[in-house]
Amino acid sequence: MEKFISVTLELSKGFGMTLKIFALTLLFALPLGLIISFGSMSKFKPLRWLTKTFVWIIRGTPLMLQLIIIYYGPGLIFELDLLERFTAVMVAFVINYSCYFSEIFRGGIEAVPKGQYEAGQVLGMTKTQIFFKVILLQVIKKIVPPMSNEVITLVKDTSLARIIAVYEVIWNAQNYIKLEGLIWPLFYTGAFYLAFSGILTLIFNKIENKMNYFRS
Amino acid sequence: MPILEVNNIKKFFGHNEILKGISFSLEQGEVVSIIGSSGSGKTTLLRCLNFLEFAEEGTVCVKGEEIYNGKSNSKISENEIRKKRLHFGLVFQSFNLFPQYNVLKNITLAPELMKTDTPEKIEKKARELIERVGLSERINHYPCELSGGQQQRVAIARALALNPDILCFDEPTSALDPELTGEVLKVIKELKNTGCTMIVVTHEMEFAKNVSDKIIFMADGVIEEMGPPEQIFENPQSEKTKAFLSKSLEKI
Repeated sequence: MEKFISVTLELSKGFGMTLKIFALTLLFALPLGLIISFGSMSKFKPLRWLTKTFVWIIRGTPLMLQLIIIYYGPGLIFELDLLERFTAVMVAFVINYSCYFSEIFRGGIEAVPKGQYEAGQVLGMTKTQIFFKVILLQVIKKIVPPMSNEVITLVKDTSLARIIAVYEVIWNAQNYIKLEGLIWPLFYTGAFYLAFSGILTLIFNKIENKMNYFRS
Repeated sequence: MPILEVNNIKKFFGHNEILKGISFSLEQGEVVSIIGSSGSGKTTLLRCLNFLEFAEEGTVCVKGEEIYNGKSNSKISENEIRKKRLHFGLVFQSFNLFPQYNVLKNITLAPELMKTDTPEKIEKKARELIERVGLSERINHYPCELSGGQQQRVAIARALALNPDILCFDEPTSALDPELTGEVLKVIKELKNTGCTMIVVTHEMEFAKNVSDKIIFMADGVIEEMGPPEQIFENPQSEKTKAFLSKSLEKI
């Protein structure tokens, strides 16, 4: 029992890092994703082409590989100092997830009927007013289900940080295997992930229900 | 002086000439119905008047003031267009109400953003408009809770809230079940009695005949024939008008 509590405390510390990666990724990747989605919908062809190529590269390669390249790349290629491990993790996660988010945003924005923009226009609204007062909430309603998928994937993807030795929950659990030959702490980490994604699922359901009052 | 003068409007989509020089004028309080088969350019004409499309050639004058000239259209700023648009109101075929707002907010949103008046006065006016279209009991309902006919009546009230000089309707009943068209047409008819100047693109021949002061028959991007309803419906001059009317009025 004592062992169980001490393992729980130790894993909680690791999970703290998991949560930190999770929260910071969302904080930066959501707005960046919106900007990238505007790029991929731009009427200016070169910008659109550039953005789409970038999104293709990021979505087309493993996040694990991106982590390694961002951490070791600057040193190997340009002989610069290595980034701090945690910074490298954040850069890789934010870039990777903002690309996925951008496609979700694009899908949501393009799904709003053209008539909504035109109605705003003939009522004399500015482009900004149309976006924030008319379009945005309809986009949010449309993207909640794919967003919840992506966000829950992010919870589990945080375990990749271990690849460049950022100590998150699985790293901590593996130490028990290496140092004490205990394997159950590793299995136990699953409970942490499950609990957290359970909470997220509840939150997303709540958001979905909140917006059930209208249909577009 | 006519409230609206449209002069030689031409509109191209790529190499396709959709409007081949449209000219007509409208007096204060007049109702004109535009009829014609699909693809004749009726809707495009309305969209040009509301600046959802920009005509390559031609001018539009409201109350004697030139508000649009195809030659200088590239120089107009977004802001100017927004102001000029307000001479016109547009009611869409598919209503295009804002789904996340209730009836009242759909109507007050634009005036509030533009600060045309104090919020209290804007709301008071909106309530009057809602009463006028007979939806006082639905004031807090959301669009998805309304029938198509009710939604379209809200859309009419929404357009009226900005006091347009000319109210345009783009096939206002085409997306409605037949039993719901009547309530919308009735509202439009009542608007005529209050002196509202209107342009109605429609397939409802009976309505056009009874409510309009003037009928414009369009075919292939030109005004084929124009005149008072008695003339167009009883004594059409052009072969195309005759063929169109005999098809539209055909009893099955």
